[in-house]
Amino acid sequence: MIDLSTDYLGMKLKNPLVPSASPLARNLDLAKRLEDAGAAAIVMNSLFEEEVSEDEERLDHLMHHQEIGHGEASSYLPADAAYKTHLEAYLEQLEGLKQSLEIPVIASLNGTTPGGWVAHARELEQAGADALELNVYYMPNDLSQTSVDVEKRYIEVLTAVNREVRIPVIMKLSSQFSSVGNFVQQLAAAGVDGVSLFNRYYLPDIDLETLAVVPSLKLSSSVESRLSMRWIAILAGRVDITLAATSGIHTADDAIKLLLAGADVTHMCSALLHHGPEYLGEVLKGIELWMQEHEYTSISQLKGSVSHAKAIDPAAFERSNYIKTLDSFHSPDGVWR
Amino acid sequence: MAGQHKLTIEGNEAAAYIAHRTNEVIAIYPITPSSAMGEMSDTWSNQGRKNLWGAIPEVVEMQSEAGAAGTVHGSLQSGALTTTFTSSQGLLLMIPNMYKIAGELTSAVFHVAARSIAAQALSIFGDHSDVMAVRQTGFAMLSSNSVQEVMDFALIAQAATLRGRIPLLHFFDGFRTSHEVNQVEVPDDDILRSMLPAALIRAHRKRGLTPDAPVLRGSSQNPDVYFQGRESVNPYYDAMPDIVQACFDAYAELTGRQYRLFEYHGAEDAERIIVIMGSGAEAAHETVDHLLARGEKVGLLKVRLYRPFSSAHLIAAIPATVKKIAVLDRTKEPGAGGEPLYKDVVTALAEYSGSGGDRFAAMPRITGGRYGLSSKEFTPGMIKAVFDELAGKAPKNHFTIGIHDDLTMSSLAWDEIHVDANTGVTRCMFYGLGSDGTVSANKNSIKIIGEDNDRYAQGYFVYDSKKAGAVTISHLRFGPKPIHSSYLIGHDEADFVACHQPLFLERYDMLAHAAEGAVFLLNSHHPADVVWHELTKTMQQQMIDKKLQFYVIDAYKVATESGMGRRINTVMQTCFFAISGVLAKDEAIIRIKQAVEKTYGRKGAKIIERNFAAIDAALACLHKVEVPELASSSSQMPLPVAANAPAFVRQITGEIIAGRGNAIPVSRMPADGTWPLGTAAFEKRNLALEIPVWDEEICIHCGKCPFVCPHAAIRAKVFTPEDAAGAPASFKHVPVIGREFDDGMQISYQVAPEDCTGCGLCVEICPVRDKSNASHKALNMAPQPPLREQESENWAFFLTLPEYNREQIRWNGMKGAMLAQPLFEFSGACVGCGETPYIKLATQLFGDRMVIANATGCSSIYGGNLPTTPYTTNSEGRGPAWSNSLFEDNAEFGLGFRLAIDAHRDYAEQLLQAAELQLDAGLIATIMAADQSHEPGIHEQRKRIGQLKEQLTAIDSEMARDLESVADYLVKKSVWIIGGDGWAYDIGFGGLDHVLASGRNVNILVLDTEVYSNTGGQMSKSTPLGAVAKFAAGGKAVAKKDLSMIAMAYEHVYVGHVAYGARDMQTLKTFIEAESYDGPSLIIAYSPCIAHGVDLSHNIRQQELVVNSGHMNLLRFDPRRIAEGKNPLQLDSKKPTIPYRDFAKTEARFAMLWSTHPEAAEALMQRAQAGVLERFHHYEQLASLSYDKDEDAS
Repeated sequence: MIDLSTDYLGMKLKNPLVPSASPLARNLDLAKRLEDAGAAAIVMNSLFEEEVSEDEERLDHLMHHQEIGHGEASSYLPADAAYKTHLEAYLEQLEGLKQSLEIPVIASLNGTTPGGWVAHARELEQAGADALELNVYYMPNDLSQTSVDVEKRYIEVLTAVNREVRIPVIMKLSSQFSSVGNFVQQLAAAGVDGVSLFNRYYLPDIDLETLAVVPSLKLSSSVESRLSMRWIAILAGRVDITLAATSGIHTADDAIKLLLAGADVTHMCSALLHHGPEYLGEVLKGIELWMQEHEYTSISQLKGSVSHAKAIDPAAFERSNYIKTLDSFHSPDGVWR
Repeated sequence: MAGQHKLTIEGNEAAAYIAHRTNEVIAIYPITPSSAMGEMSDTWSNQGRKNLWGAIPEVVEMQSEAGAAGTVHGSLQSGALTTTFTSSQGLLLMIPNMYKIAGELTSAVFHVAARSIAAQALSIFGDHSDVMAVRQTGFAMLSSNSVQEVMDFALIAQAATLRGRIPLLHFFDGFRTSHEVNQVEVPDDDILRSMLPAALIRAHRKRGLTPDAPVLRGSSQNPDVYFQGRESVNPYYDAMPDIVQACFDAYAELTGRQYRLFEYHGAEDAERIIVIMGSGAEAAHETVDHLLARGEKVGLLKVRLYRPFSSAHLIAAIPATVKKIAVLDRTKEPGAGGEPLYKDVVTALAEYSGSGGDRFAAMPRITGGRYGLSSKEFTPGMIKAVFDELAGKAPKNHFTIGIHDDLTMSSLAWDEIHVDANTGVTRCMFYGLGSDGTVSANKNSIKIIGEDNDRYAQGYFVYDSKKAGAVTISHLRFGPKPIHSSYLIGHDEADFVACHQPLFLERYDMLAHAAEGAVFLLNSHHPADVVWHELTKTMQQQMIDKKLQFYVIDAYKVATESGMGRRINTVMQTCFFAISGVLAKDEAIIRIKQAVEKTYGRKGAKIIERNFAAIDAALACLHKVEVPELASSSSQMPLPVAANAPAFVRQITGEIIAGRGNAIPVSRMPADGTWPLGTAAFEKRNLALEIPVWDEEICIHCGKCPFVCPHAAIRAKVFTPEDAAGAPASFKHVPVIGREFDDGMQISYQVAPEDCTGCGLCVEICPVRDKSNASHKALNMAPQPPLREQESENWAFFLTLPEYNREQIRWNGMKGAMLAQPLFEFSGACVGCGETPYIKLATQLFGDRMVIANATGCSSIYGGNLPTTPYTTNSEGRGPAWSNSLFEDNAEFGLGFRLAIDAHRDYAEQLLQAAELQLDAGLIATIMAADQSHEPGIHEQRKRIGQLKEQLTAIDSEMARDLESVADYLVKKSVWIIGGDGWAYDIGFGGLDHVLASGRNVNILVLDTEVYSNTGGQMSKSTPLGAVAKFAAGGKAVAKKDLSMIAMAYEHVYVGHVAYGARDMQTLKTFIEAESYDGPSLIIAYSPCIAHGVDLSHNIRQQELVVNSGHMNLLRFDPRRIAEGKNPLQLDSKKPTIPYRDFAKTEARFAMLWSTHPEAAEALMQRAQAGVLERFHHYEQLASLSYDKDEDAS
């Protein structure tokens, strides 16, 4: 019997497949289907700082600032006390997930500032979140900001959130740091329980007719998981925190590779959106099958076995593809010629 | 007294509170100032608030007050406790049903916020013209004088009608009472139950029609019995006064508040008394107290129950010592022997004396007077003047008080007095912008202070009639006793004056209101050591003379730095509490913060943070300014209008603009409600923070900017280089692009910097981008103040340039069409208004021969609310003639124009051909055969009419004079019927339908905002499926009425559906085609509105979304095409290219439903999506039907 269990933020998970923040968690039925398909935990869609702020502005406008000074009308839209903010809806959804699911539910906060919104972390904890994923999206377009300033900002947010909650906190990072490994170490020292590598951002696009800059977001592809794989491999065994792999994990093969590189869990999103919640079961089966075929007995056995520290050719994780291609006439170590 | 709790509310809320607690069905129609009662009832029902018996009252909005009254009648006849709320014209529309309801002895209460009736002009303000117009219907009438009385009488009315069976009209003064904020004791449910025994309600229910115990009610009666039937109700009317008094007494037992049918207050041995009803009685009460303290033998009789009028109770309430009585009516009945209350009192006393009554030594001398029409101030000084007049030997009868009547000399003179009731009261005035939150902050302050048991507060708010940049003046009183002062804070009375907008220093003499030693708070960006020098000499002298304490704060800076943007209300509120001394400063700050927390709760953590930051920063940035001993300024307050304006504009319009309209004497007023055009141009409002700046280097002269400008504040002219000689150095002009123009002709796009409102739509629509900088367009916004002087000079020069010759304009393109002069400019409509560009376009195309019938609504307010009108004339003095009849009858009103114009034309043609005149036959023939389908044709016809008139001058006959008087009708006139969707889809639909069916040549323009905009966003039948509006808080559950389809069904109606921001050329083409069609034309014009919950700077984007999502299908249905064998319907929209949701989510009216009713929102959205696709498919099929007769034959 293969032991698929893994550790994640101090919790024992039955397997390493955890659907990441996606619209699937918005719907209780879909979330239940994910659980039934074998998901070991579920990360909720993010509560965005911008949404909370926008809500506040809209409510402020609706409830208190509709007047334009016209004697015939003191408002133009009915202010409804039943108006539910994103925060309220999110908390309700979290409570719903906790009630209908047995697997751990990880709430996700997305923001950029260490301001008021971190207070919501406590509300999420109180509503039953088993852990908290912090998704700090910060674009340092102020050119006077150094990489140190940027890193400091992340640590400030983390510290502020840690002050609010006792549940584990995992940070979802982008790959755009000068020294990802060092930064993860700093976060670990500041008390993070795990990191999730790497985040995908919406990318701006230019509409050639209007010349307007428009948002674009395409679903990920397997290729994207390679970037996570490299850094997870480098970090595995060198930091004592959970390493979660995210972006581009579409198949059992993708997941296995990340686990081999050293991930504790692998997050899936695009493939589930594309194929439906039940696809997770197929991936899980695929992992089991591969492990059987290759005679692995447990995830803990294979986890990190091809990490930077343990890989046949650790340098391969360090090089860029271009150099590797040029040098490919060299035989791998241990290959006789 | 037990069983009551204190609330700080407006009169409307007091009435609605009881009405909602004590009724099962509420049928209403929005009308100012009573709309809020219906809206609150609807909100409460939506929130699940129940009535006294555990049911949620059903609130239904009807298509008119006539419809509401019918529904009320039906519901009452079916045994439900039913009520309605209305005012003014609305009450008039209910009259037929009121006769029925009363005739059938049906228990019901109507709550009326009493308002003026449109006569020489519409007015939304308070008086008794409406309620006096229904005194004959058989309804009992009960008058409330204060917010507390509204609460009490609403319940007493309900109790009395159930007992006495006579329906009851409960009224209170519009605005003065309906909108005054004050503290009231609210009777708890036990009191309500005691007043409304279940047995009476069961009896009412039992009288309802039911097939289980069927009866017939509402028969027709003949001469033999109708009369007797009418008299059969007498016992009920005889009994009613005692029933109402019994209810008063029962209520007193429960609450300690005792009322009487006629309530006397004053000296027991009074010799002079005033009889009055409504809020004026409150001021009279204070004045009587003041005079009693000075030993005067005066008194006041408040009339509570006006119908049935109990003469016996009236006589019994008047002290036997009374010698003279002044009866004051808040209404006018032109041509009557006196106003109604006066006549009732005279009749009662005459009958009493005539039948030997001996209560008085002699029959008192009775005079009648009018006061307070349209919320005209009614002050202690005026009341004293009435008493003083009574003291004379021959007191004036049929007098007026409160105005200066120098025409028929009816008015009494008065001096203002300060009454004792004001001792210990702190009076505060605040000058704010409608949008800066001053009013809401003041309402909040009143609540903060009103929380204390031993403190009372009163608030009343004065608005102007503009929608963009409206001014609000708040009048607040705080004191240790309940406040009954039913009038504004007068001159030398305010202990605190705040100016929230420095711009107002140029406009209002606000320190005239300041009392000696008062505090003056100014929001100014000038620092404390400089600000003194920025004031006018008059202000400086006022401050010195009145020993004012002067404080200054840069509220915009504080607000911006605390993240509040331009919302300065919290900052100014904090300053008010810090320096007014109304509450101890520290305690006040704690309370403001508590109020902020209470307001936002957990839904607004960030906003609370910001408010707190603003409160703290406000205290730190508030500075006291030392007032010097000498006034040093050389500046004076500018004139309200230019010194070279016409005399009428200076003497009337200018005075109204300056806030001195109250002083205009009767003789200066046009007697028939006729006013000159072109006055908006004199009111320079300087509202824009930023104005567009033209980059003439990259402009392609497309004409889109003047087309979309809601305020006609950016214009195009094409002129010769010689015309431009003498232009100011900064005036921009370049050679015009286009072969249609002569070589060397110049073009300029010029902004009117002081009239622009800064909406930015011209920049938004500008299609040109700098090839090397995508963010730079041919128009770019820049701060107004540094440009104001230079661009004003350029604008003045631009106006002197000749208008482009209309005969040469190429109307089929925007560039050409926009060279036509708009004859609708600088209206008071909202910044970014989506309606006004259509009206402006119509005036550019047809303005010099246009006559407009305008339905009541936004377009009649920004079109014709004093002081100014945006309609104007061209250099020949021609322009749109405009009138507003009512809300409900506009199509019919406009048809009347058409009939008269055609009659004049027919008569002119008849005279033209009369042999007697021996006119030039050739001229007659060309006049008769003139082709006036285009501008040159019209121009030629005008020339011919000129020649005709010249010939006529030589003929000395009545016939010639007659022809002169109608000759201009031989030039084609363009009749326009304009109104909103509330009119076209709801209240005026019957008339609209009939006018469409008439086949006559009228052009109907429906400014479709999809809600009642003017009264505050109530649902109409144009409101789309799934949109939230007032009376559709859960999202409208049925689709928008397809008015185009209804009109097309006639097949002889030209129908156009346009959205100017989405397809400008289609809009232009539709207007031209519609007007050229010799029959009825209907243009449904999509108009973005603030009620959509989207910033109107996105107005154009929203129209694109509306069209691209298929919410609206652009189309033209031209009946002329049928004769050509073509399909009359041309669909100008493509199949929807974006999901409906992508449009809906951008507007709060849809988006908020996802936050309040997410599942319903989702379901409605899916239905809406299916609906737009089905409708498009349907239209597509209709547009592809063959009308080719040959094809049919084959």
